[in-house]
Order: sequence, then C-alpha cells, then structure tokens
Amino acid sequence: MKNLLFLPLIIPLATAVLGLLAWNRRTVQRWLGIGSATLLTVVGSSILLQVQQQGILSAQAGNWPAPFGITLVADTFSALMLLASGLMGLCVTVYSLADADSEQESRGYHPLLQVLLLGICGSFLTGDLFNLYVWFEVMLIASFVLLALGGKREQMEGAIKYVALNLIASAFLLAGIGLLYGVTGTLNMAHLAIKLQEIPHTGTVPVIAALLFCAFSIKAAVFPFYFWLPASYHTPPIAVITIFSALLSKVGIYVLIRVFTLIFPLEALAGQPLILGAAGLTMLFGALGAIAQPELRRLLSFCVISQIGYLLMGLGLMTPLALAGSIFFMLHIMAAKSALFLTTGLIARMTGTTVLKELGGLYRRYPLLAVLFLVPALSVAGIPPLSGFWGKLALVQAGLQSKQYLLVAVALGVSVLTLYYLVTAWIELFWKNQPADAAELHRLVPVRRYQMLVPALLLALVSLLAGLLPEPLFRLCRTAAEQLVHNDAYIKAVLGVMQ
Amino acid sequence: MESMLAVVIGGLYAAGMYLMVRRSIVKMIFGLALLGNAANLLIFTVGRLTRGRPPHVPADGVLSSLPVADPVPQALILTAIVIGFGVQAFALVLIKRVYQTVGSDDQDEMTTENQEQGKSS
Repeated sequence: MKNLLFLPLIIPLATAVLGLLAWNRRTVQRWLGIGSATLLTVVGSSILLQVQQQGILSAQAGNWPAPFGITLVADTFSALMLLASGLMGLCVTVYSLADADSEQESRGYHPLLQVLLLGICGSFLTGDLFNLYVWFEVMLIASFVLLALGGKREQMEGAIKYVALNLIASAFLLAGIGLLYGVTGTLNMAHLAIKLQEIPHTGTVPVIAALLFCAFSIKAAVFPFYFWLPASYHTPPIAVITIFSALLSKVGIYVLIRVFTLIFPLEALAGQPLILGAAGLTMLFGALGAIAQPELRRLLSFCVISQIGYLLMGLGLMTPLALAGSIFFMLHIMAAKSALFLTTGLIARMTGTTVLKELGGLYRRYPLLAVLFLVPALSVAGIPPLSGFWGKLALVQAGLQSKQYLLVAVALGVSVLTLYYLVTAWIELFWKNQPADAAELHRLVPVRRYQMLVPALLLALVSLLAGLLPEPLFRLCRTAAEQLVHNDAYIKAVLGVMQ
Repeated sequence: MESMLAVVIGGLYAAGMYLMVRRSIVKMIFGLALLGNAANLLIFTVGRLTRGRPPHVPADGVLSSLPVADPVPQALILTAIVIGFGVQAFALVLIKRVYQTVGSDDQDEMTTENQEQGKSS
C-alpha cells in the first residue's frame, strides 16, 4: 500500500499529459480536470486514513534506500494538506468551467492547473530538500503561465513582478540547499535532522537557515517580503487567484513549518523572536493595507497576507497547541478565503466591476449571495462559532501560555481590523443603496450560475461545519502538531533501522 | 582553486544583484540568469572540488583510492541548469510580451495604479 504515496503525483501528471494530447478538445480537458481532482481528493482522504491507522508512511522512489534515493513521506500534516489540495483543485476546476474564457481554455488552462497541482502535491509529499526545489519550480512555472494567460496589460505587469521575485527566491533556495549539502553531505530531510544535531549551530548553519527562511518567506508572502503579492494577485482571473491564495502561499508556510520543526529546530538557532516579529508585522501590515483598498480583489489580496501572519505565529510559538492552531487555521483559511474569492468572482461576473464605490444594493436582488459572502467573511474575522474563531482561540491560548502578550494583543487587534474591513466591504456591496450610475446586472445562464455557486457554497459550508463541529478536525490537527514537535517518528519512518 | 571560485561566485552575485535593481526588465532577466549561475557554481564549490578523480567504479569493481569526486553536486547542478534554462526561456518570452503590451521596458512605466483600476472583464 506504500505505492499509494505515488498516486498524488501520478494522477495530475497523467491528466496533464492526456490534456496536452487532447489540445483542441476542450470538453475532454474539462472532464479530465474534474476527474483528476476528484481522484486526488479520494486518494488524499485514503492517505489520511492510512496515516491515522498505521502512523507516518514513507515510500522510497525506485527502491533506493533512504538517505541515497528520494523519499516520499506522509504524516498527518501533509496528508491533511493533500486532502485540502484535492478539494480546492476540484472546486476551482468546476468554477473555471464558467469563469475561464475560451481563449484561456484553448491555451491549455486545464492541463496547467494539473501541473500546478502536481507541484503542490509533490511539495507536500517529498522528504528530500533538493526534490522540494524541483517541485517548487514545477509549481512556479505553471503559476507563471496561469498568471500571464490572457495577456492583458495589467496581467503582464503583475506577472513580471511575480516572476522576478519568485526567481530570486529560487536562487536563494538553491544556494541554501547547496551550502547545506556542503556542510552535511546529505539532502534527505530526516537524515539532515540527525546530521545537524551533531554539528554546532554556529558559522554557516545560521546563514543557511536564514537563506532558506528568506526563500520560503518570499513564497509565503511574509513581512517584509510580501509586496509582490498585492502587486500581482489582483490581475489574473478569480479562479486562478483562488487557487494561488489557497495553495501556493500555503505551500510556503507548510515548508517553513516542516523545515523549522524538523531540520533546524528553532530553539537551537534562537530564531523565535525573529519569526514572532515577522508574524506580528505580517498580520498588521496586511490588515492596514486591506483597509485602504477601494477595490475588492486588492482588499482580499491584502487580507491573504494578513492571515499568513497567524500561520507564522503558530510556528514561532512552537508548542503543540500553537502548531495545531496554525494547521487548523490554515485549513480554515483555505476554505473561507476561497469562498470569499469565488463569491467575489460571481459578483464581478454579474456587475462587471469589483470597485466598491460602483457597487451596492445587491442584497435586495440576491439575498443568498449576501449570506454567502457574509458567512466566510465573519469566519475569516474569527467570529464564533465559525471556523476562524477556533484557530485563533488556539493560537491566542498558546501565545498566552508562552507569555507573548504583545503578539497576542496584535493578533486580537488585527482580528478587529479584519472584522472592520470585511464588514465594511459587505456593507458597500450589499447594504448601501445602488449608485445611480451603476451598470445593468448581467444575468448568468443557469448552468454557469450553478458552476460558480456550488463550489463557493461548498467551501462556505466546509468553513461553517468546521466551526460548528471543530472537535474531530482539531484532534487531527493536534496529532499532526505532535508529530511535528516530536520528530523521532518521522525520522524513523524515513530512515527505518539505519540511524 | 576554491578561493578563485569564491571570488568568481561573489562577482557573479554582485553583478546579478546590480542588474536586478536596474529599472530595465531586460537587465533584470540577465541579472536573474547570473544569480542562477552563481548558485550553481556555489553548489559546485561547497560540494568539495576533487581534481581528476571521476566517480567511476572501474571494471574490477574496486575503487583504488579515495577520495573521488562527489557526483551528487554535479547531478544537482545539472538539474538546476535544466530548470533554469526552462525558466529563463519563459522569462524571455514574458518580457517580449510585456514589451509588446506596455510598449516600454522600464519598470516604472509598468503600473496602472493611477489609472482606472479593477475593471473586470
């Protein structure tokens, strides 16, 4: 059953290849995309089930024993992320049926989405640092093309910033990996964890850790490296931004958590104050940026940054409760924020604009849409009993236990700011009177409407359910956090007897 | 040999960084290429330089004496070169498209902040 771990890589790869072969048949590509994402969700949940029953799974590519070959590893954290990626892939693919225009589809939109998923699944599963770099590049090249696909002027401007910053991050990552190999002579993450315990954390080691931190922080849009995100995320189609914000920046955080729990334990580097500071500033600057935005997509882009800060806060605190809070929050934010983005896309489709000043009075025509925007918005702000509340509760509790009062105050203050700007946006969209010069609403064909509504509704429901019944999911996150903090099990699962 | 390579790597990084902060996107792409090459040379150097001892096992299956060159850094560099090649090819096409749509290669002229923003198609 260990070959199960290869399936999340084989499914999107095979689909992408088949999709490229069926270049001009858009219907085939669409069905392939939906089929692949469904399969990925099923495989993700069965991996999660197996990890629950048998502990951490590992598979050696080509049967090369552990530190020499490439290892794939799935612990609870990566299995949860895989499941979430499958689900997000499915929602976005269905949404794209209505949202992506024929020009994008004829230029390979669906196969590219699969390549993106391939890179994401690979990053979640790999147990080898250089392999991680390769998956990052797979993910990046797909995201470059998705971002630029369509060729509008603003997209080009967004793409050039995104490409430049991400390539710098890759160069940093590559340099860090090279230096790490020079110091330890291995690239297997579990093996690195053992090797680095043997050498003192002075000289080159902190430099390597800093290089890797910078590289992953750029990808995750952490302060002070976040400025590329609002410069580029508002330009591509909504479906593309949704999957970028749900998965790409979260891969960065996932890898930060993985690397700084397993390879470089933070205590040894005394890096905690740095990460906590970055977390607080990311929250604050994201929220302040969002308040100033007159346009919905930019507002949500800044909101993405602000939430990244909370995820980083869990890593900085480094207690099992804090990490569990981070993981719960990460899953919550994928669902809730994507529901917001998808609803925004629907509004943009109907009204032809996302500028708040030009919108209004939608509540009278579409009360369901108003609820669909309000529930995830309140969830993101952290209003009980929605999912965001439980993640924040765990993080704040962990923060108080670690006596990080200032950071806790910032986290709570930013929650209020988040509530403020999201509710203001809601009022602008739905509550205030329609401006006199507003354009006529487009009525969507029923099929299209459902293709766009159902994914948004599903994600909002996931967020609502996770809020009303947080216990099972939180227990899973807790297990994942325990596995991250006590990494012996991970090392043993990868290296087996040879230690 | 190591110190010479260290100087070369430092020079490449410096030149790459300098080009990256220029406003022209063409220079920026050149800078990215230099950064990639600097990282590759860095891997090569820190992976220990061993001269004239390829990591081949002779026909009798016995390695006569250590050390032989480490094949892993070379494999890493080869992979990184291939990836870098693909990414740079994409970047070149991208800057050509950007030049066609924007009509300039100056990054300062590439901003629609002040123009009408957020109009969705």
